[in-house]
Amino acid sequence: MSSTSSALAAPKSGRLRKKILPYLLSLPALLVCIGILIPFFTAVYYSMMRFRLNLPYLKGFIWFDNYINFLSDPAFWNTVQISLLYAFLTVGLELLLGLGIAVLLQQPSKFNNIVSVLLLLPLMTAPALASLMWKLMTNPNFGILSYLVSLLGFSDFKWASDPSTALLTVVLVDIWVYTPFIMILLLAGLRSLPKQPFEAAALDGVPQSFIFFRITLPMLMPYLLTATLFRLLESIQQFDIIYSMTQGGPGDQLMVFQVQAYLEFFQYTNVGRSTALLMVLWAITFALSNVFIKQWLRLRERTHGNG
Amino acid sequence: MNQLSTSQRVFRGVLLGLVILFFMFPIFWIFLMSFQTNEQILRIPPSIFFEPTLINYQALITGRLETQAGNLDIAFMENLWNSVFLSSSAVLLSLVLGVPAAYAFARYRFRLGEDIAFTILSFRFAPPLLVLLPLTLYFEDIGLSNTYTGLIWVYQLISLPLILWIVRGYFEDISPDIESAYRLAGHSWLQTFLKISIPLARPGIAAAGLLSFIFAWNNFVFALVLASADKQPVTVGALAFVTASGIQYGQIAAGIVLSVTPTLLLALYAQRYLVEGLSLGAVKG
Repeated sequence: MSSTSSALAAPKSGRLRKKILPYLLSLPALLVCIGILIPFFTAVYYSMMRFRLNLPYLKGFIWFDNYINFLSDPAFWNTVQISLLYAFLTVGLELLLGLGIAVLLQQPSKFNNIVSVLLLLPLMTAPALASLMWKLMTNPNFGILSYLVSLLGFSDFKWASDPSTALLTVVLVDIWVYTPFIMILLLAGLRSLPKQPFEAAALDGVPQSFIFFRITLPMLMPYLLTATLFRLLESIQQFDIIYSMTQGGPGDQLMVFQVQAYLEFFQYTNVGRSTALLMVLWAITFALSNVFIKQWLRLRERTHGNG
Repeated sequence: MNQLSTSQRVFRGVLLGLVILFFMFPIFWIFLMSFQTNEQILRIPPSIFFEPTLINYQALITGRLETQAGNLDIAFMENLWNSVFLSSSAVLLSLVLGVPAAYAFARYRFRLGEDIAFTILSFRFAPPLLVLLPLTLYFEDIGLSNTYTGLIWVYQLISLPLILWIVRGYFEDISPDIESAYRLAGHSWLQTFLKISIPLARPGIAAAGLLSFIFAWNNFVFALVLASADKQPVTVGALAFVTASGIQYGQIAAGIVLSVTPTLLLALYAQRYLVEGLSLGAVKG
């Protein structure tokens, strides 16, 4: 493509203009983003400070003390643990469910296509609003789900307000919103697989389970990996659902990174600790996103070919 | 695949039925709730048969909620307007900034080009609060706190990477030969860009615009941190509304229905492009 672009700009406009044109075109977008890089570096700086909004006279540079303090802080390790648990639980379950549904809808029939379009709706519902919907359905006084489980004999099931079921409830909402994401990526993947291996296997009378585990799954792997990495990246940062459902509670049951950092900043006005916490999360997502982008580029290359 | 036995077919049908039930029921149920009075909602056992009422929508639209405890002013329509205004302005700005940049990244290999494109993409994956928390302090200094301008600028974090990378894919799929031919006929670069390149990439631009509108609309944390009540979109406003109105469950349900309807309709309208947009152009639907 780069070879053809030279032919494009060559006629009259001269070399200089051709050279600066791409910069001119991308500069405005870049400038808007640079404005956003400044607060990022500020956050790095704050994370190395003793900085409480309510105690301004204590403000000072303390290098890595905020991070070192984390090592012996049980609240920090609780955050790490609950964030990882949440991410792996949601992504694992969504992967299983999404794959199952994609296989069910694999044949492109009219009915299957309508169902796959309908399943987009939860994904397009704002997670914060989806949480409110589930809150209404799990309300102890009139919630339809509370009523249904009471028929099953759980008369005092408290969903998100009980420490033992809070995680389960938010995971359920996360599954409701994001399973369709994995489903539609895998469905697109399944439908793009070449037909020959399956026809050959069917002719040879190979059992269905063998076909699934030895042909379908390996060929679907790039799609599975992309969907998993993408979801892991988002899930470890989950804020909307957890904040709207429980604000991190009951107690510190659901204090994932971003909820903890939000409360640390606005409730305890501890800017240093809050930004240090976010830096730890950023390090995790940065590592994950590098793996993801490589995988994504490989798949993108395949979709768009060589131009 | 026609060799499925009857029992297999029944099994598939049952599984699909459960899937549809799980994913559609919440939307269906909240929709029903929004047409019920509080007495109907609190009835046990719950029933899908009731006399529908429009009082919840009436209260939201007129902004006056009559309760036994007295009248309550609600600003829900303002939130709805904020959502419309913030999301569409953010997407328009992103299109103006992002489409030329996408073209540059698709057509030219220039120094730092790929680095810039990936820097912008990386915003999509960083924890939003990392940027938002320091911004709250900056915004106070430069007078942008609780302004539409400040919010629209920060919303670029959502819409710009999406538009840039989806539209880039579309430009890459257009053969440069068409553009060259038009240039050789004596047209300037700008004419070529406006008359040939943009119209050819229009499906991609429309899809990216619609999708980023949905994501901007659905965003919660940006406005939660940066906006006060009068600038809040529905996502944040609805949560505040729940706290304020307490037990007015019918109104809450009606508010949710009004808040999600625009994005759901857009999603149905743009569903052809959703797969490609959601995977940032990595998977074709």
